[in-house]
Amino acid sequence: MTDMTRPGLRPSRIAIYGLLILACLVYLVPLFIMLVTSFKTPMDIRTGNLVALPTEWTTIGWTKAWSEACTGVQCEGISGYFWNSFKMTVPAVMISTLLGAFNGYVLAKWKFRGSDLLFGLLLFGCFVPFQVVLLPMAATLGQLGLANTTPGLVLVHVIYGVAFTTLFFRNYYVAIPDALIKAARLDGAGFFTIFFRILLPMSTPIFMVSLIWQFTQIWNDFLFGVVFASGDSQPITVALNNLVNTSTGVKEYNVDMAAAMIAALPTLVVYIVAGKYFIRGLTAGSVKG
Amino acid sequence: MEQTQRRPAGVVSAPSRLLDGLQRWLPKLVIAPTFVLIGIGIYGYMLWTGILSFTSSSFLPTYDFVGFDQYAKLMANDRWLTASKNLAIFGGLFIFACLFIGVVLAIFLDQRIRQEGAIRTIYLYPMALSMIVTGTVWKWILNPSLGIEKLMHDWGWTSFSFDWLVNSDLAIYTIVMAAVWQASGFVMALFLAGLRGVDSSIIRAARVDGASLPLIYWKIILPSLRPVFFSAVMVLAHIAIKSFDLVMAMTAGGPGYSTDLPAVFMYAHTFTRGQMGLGSASAMLMLGAILALIVPYLYSELRGKRHD
Repeated sequence: MTDMTRPGLRPSRIAIYGLLILACLVYLVPLFIMLVTSFKTPMDIRTGNLVALPTEWTTIGWTKAWSEACTGVQCEGISGYFWNSFKMTVPAVMISTLLGAFNGYVLAKWKFRGSDLLFGLLLFGCFVPFQVVLLPMAATLGQLGLANTTPGLVLVHVIYGVAFTTLFFRNYYVAIPDALIKAARLDGAGFFTIFFRILLPMSTPIFMVSLIWQFTQIWNDFLFGVVFASGDSQPITVALNNLVNTSTGVKEYNVDMAAAMIAALPTLVVYIVAGKYFIRGLTAGSVKG
Repeated sequence: MEQTQRRPAGVVSAPSRLLDGLQRWLPKLVIAPTFVLIGIGIYGYMLWTGILSFTSSSFLPTYDFVGFDQYAKLMANDRWLTASKNLAIFGGLFIFACLFIGVVLAIFLDQRIRQEGAIRTIYLYPMALSMIVTGTVWKWILNPSLGIEKLMHDWGWTSFSFDWLVNSDLAIYTIVMAAVWQASGFVMALFLAGLRGVDSSIIRAARVDGASLPLIYWKIILPSLRPVFFSAVMVLAHIAIKSFDLVMAMTAGGPGYSTDLPAVFMYAHTFTRGQMGLGSASAMLMLGAILALIVPYLYSELRGKRHD
């Protein structure tokens, strides 16, 4: 950090690189184990060990996980649940991001009496442990006829995601000079014109942050899925848990690992493609205000 | 913040006055649906759960009030006490280990490392995974017969034994391991961002004065990162209190209920054991724990902002 030249290979440099590479291995090994196990035969799993490569590569674990594995009483694989997760995640991400964009715009640029209080209430909403809303929400979804349905889950994810998306957009728009908005208003531009013509064109980064954050959160959610969905409407995380913890018959670890890979792939792909925005969302989510 | 009503001078036609009024109400109209949703979905339901925690509700919500009975029952409930104790162990170790690993990795990564971006990506990818995926993998790695134990035997360490996952005294520590694996990279990212903001001229000056690099980090840089410590502890404590998925995937609270955490206790009693009153009381105590953490934090954050 201090010297202007890159230091040579002193022993301390070797130690630093050694530790960093060791840490890389620690983080990567579980992924490696998951991958190699998913391509092994059950026989291979019993005779080999965790990190040994398969003696015979096979995709039987993957096909079985996708279309035959038992998740509780049903044995139709996890493909249906994988699509459930998409059907739940895509609308929930879109709606919560759109709402968040408008809310953030209002809270940053159209303040009114009490808007700061509303913002405080929203901010606090990001921290509430969801356990305190589960039971009333379950009762409400039942009343609305949305219990155990994908639209019900979408609604839940929108309600509890919008606090975060609003926060993202509000903090982003606060940094945009008020003078810009004032000038536009003097020129006769209204609420929506200003949003669509001035703010929206410069909002791509924060839309990315919000979309990616929401996608990861909602795709990976387990609590809402296990409480508010059952049977055919369950998301992938719940199905994976059922599959892994179903205790009928011989345990097939290759199927478990393939199913875990399938559940992990969408968010992993998003992370690899747009990791920059993912990290920004994480840090924005932690350093609030 | 006073809303000033600015009307154009001169005669205003009725439609344009209507438009003007609409224009003023538009922001509130746009934000209203969210606040209805949040008002009911967070604050209303919080109150509702609070009310249920004072009733004798079992399989269905009922409204005969029993005062603090459910809380008293909770405090005498062995399973709840185990869950609370586990939260203390899990939370304490999880926060400490994540901070330690995160700080060390961030400092090491800040030494102008080749391929820093790639290494950072590797440290952080577990955060993109579902806790259920993490739990599934670690359950397999720690499998008492085919997992790491067999690996060590194959490598010649035949006396090695590792059955923590099924040992009711030690299973909670396996959950700590998996959780630290998942979240420590995130703490690293927070601290690395903090380190990048440190003014390098201070460090250069200290070096000129003959201070060694470790001493500079310990005495100057780390103390200046106090706000990052605070946010990291907040986020980690928050994750710990809400932890549910990882336990469900790895041990489902077992063996027995030795790895129960409050969130697992709440779920089990509310949704599978038909003790809604007790479950609600446990949820309210979780809220209390979060409040005890968050309120001072938010207060200092918001006040700090005002003083800027």
